[in-house]
Amino acid sequence: MIRMEYYLIVSTIMMFVGIYGFVTRRNLLAMLISVELILNSVDINFVVFNRFLFPGELEGFFFALFAIGVSAAETAVAIAIIINIYRNIRNIQVRNLREMKW
Amino acid sequence: MDYTNLFPYMQAEITLIAVIVLVFLFDLFAGDRARRRFPAFVGGLLLVQLLVNILPHGAGELFGGMFRYEAMHGIVKSILTVGTLLVCLQATTWLRREDTRHKQGEFYILTLSTLLGMFFMIGAGNFLMFFLGLELASVPMACLVAFDKYKGHSAEAGAKYILCALFASGLMLYGVSFLYGTTGTLYFDDVAQRLDGSPLEVMALVFFFAGLAFKISLVPFHLWTADTYQGAPTAVTAYLSVVSKGAAAFTLMTILIKVFGPMIASWQTVLYVVTVLSITVANLFAIRQKNLKRFFAFSSISQAGYIMLAVIGGSAFGMTSLVFYVLVYLAANLAAFGVIAAVEQHSGKVCIEDYNGLYRTNPRLTLVMTLALFSLAGIPPFAGFFSKFFVFAAAFRDGFHLLVFIALLNTVISLYYYLLVVKAMYITPSEHPIPAFRSDRGIRISLACCLAGVLLLGVVSAVYDGINAFAFGL
Repeated sequence: MIRMEYYLIVSTIMMFVGIYGFVTRRNLLAMLISVELILNSVDINFVVFNRFLFPGELEGFFFALFAIGVSAAETAVAIAIIINIYRNIRNIQVRNLREMKW
Repeated sequence: MDYTNLFPYMQAEITLIAVIVLVFLFDLFAGDRARRRFPAFVGGLLLVQLLVNILPHGAGELFGGMFRYEAMHGIVKSILTVGTLLVCLQATTWLRREDTRHKQGEFYILTLSTLLGMFFMIGAGNFLMFFLGLELASVPMACLVAFDKYKGHSAEAGAKYILCALFASGLMLYGVSFLYGTTGTLYFDDVAQRLDGSPLEVMALVFFFAGLAFKISLVPFHLWTADTYQGAPTAVTAYLSVVSKGAAAFTLMTILIKVFGPMIASWQTVLYVVTVLSITVANLFAIRQKNLKRFFAFSSISQAGYIMLAVIGGSAFGMTSLVFYVLVYLAANLAAFGVIAAVEQHSGKVCIEDYNGLYRTNPRLTLVMTLALFSLAGIPPFAGFFSKFFVFAAAFRDGFHLLVFIALLNTVISLYYYLLVVKAMYITPSEHPIPAFRSDRGIRISLACCLAGVLLLGVVSAVYDGINAFAFGL
């Protein structure tokens, strides 16, 4: 059986890859994908903790389910807004969003 | 399952859902003539909702501790409802424009859903409930920020808001997951009992705090604030700066007390640094702003820093001063945003220099703005002085003398930039001042309420005593 630490290593890497991507990517959709990586790493954490440390309970599984549902809703809104930006400036590169600064 | 307790404890939420359903039905079926009364309809319903729930009652919990009610929650919910009502009144002129008229119903439904999310967030007794409330508050908020579909600014602000909100909730959930891993439960009470202050839990606390600090826009996490406030429609900015921030600040305090109470030494250090940074950095940035909405964004960041002074001690006195501060800040800030909204609707101008000579043409609006700014700066006879006094006293009593001193120095800086606006309105001459206009009824009613709040809240001590009777702390 795979030990818990390996799952946690994977989820930690996902988390920080997400943070790195969020900070460095210059395309709104790529930033959104990075944020999704963060949220998915959280789901893995919850499920793994529940499965290995507290096998008799279901709280972690339920939290993961709800987190998946909510993040899908958030992504839908985010994509709608990004499409709206595309309609306004025909582009979704961050460097073109420069009207408001400082 | 027992549903008999649903009514006293969840009454505010259930009545608010009823209001949302009624607004939705009105939006679907009302004819053109009835739709002209839309603002009055929504205002009336919200007023009824407020009056039904205004009296706080005894504490209790539902669904095995998932949701809980305390008298203090009732008071905070009433304050937030008052804020929403005032914002809806201020939005009437804007919602009558060509491009927004057919979307009136959407605006009201989204605003009320956000409010519902905040209610659940405040009443949460479990991290799952808290998370759902927080998301219910922030997802419709993003739609509201991007509400002006044909303006690039609004969409840009919406994108910045939703991406930062997603990122923040990701960080927060990461913290919660480790909290679950170390304690094995998500219920606030059980988590508090099983915390032992191990390094993993300290990390969880920091991640969790970062997530909520994004919502309150404290300094290292404030970068979205100015852009979102500038790009969003003015009514939404007012809502974001007052109602959303007040709810998040109160929730942060309850969770720090109830869940992280055993780790008080860890979070006091974090709060100390964040408070000093918020107040100082935001004040320095506010001085150089030209756009009034951006100016108020930085002002609201520094006000959030002052609110954290009430949180840092974790005492019942701190909680009273926090709720009182939020109430006073609500009156003053909504008065200022009401004036900005009125001027923007009639002349399209939002820069500080456009306000030069406003006193000659619109003396009454100028007076409201001046009193609001005096209250925000904390000048004695107005409510802002008393709220700042209580916040400082709370932090001082818990031994944070240096912190209070830094905050006091910063009030002097804030006085300078608030008076810059007053100077522009009264003293600086202008060749083309904004012409005289008469704002519509909604804005006038809301400005009158806010003005009454600014003048009376500090002097009438019953308000403070009433809040004080229900406060809880460590």
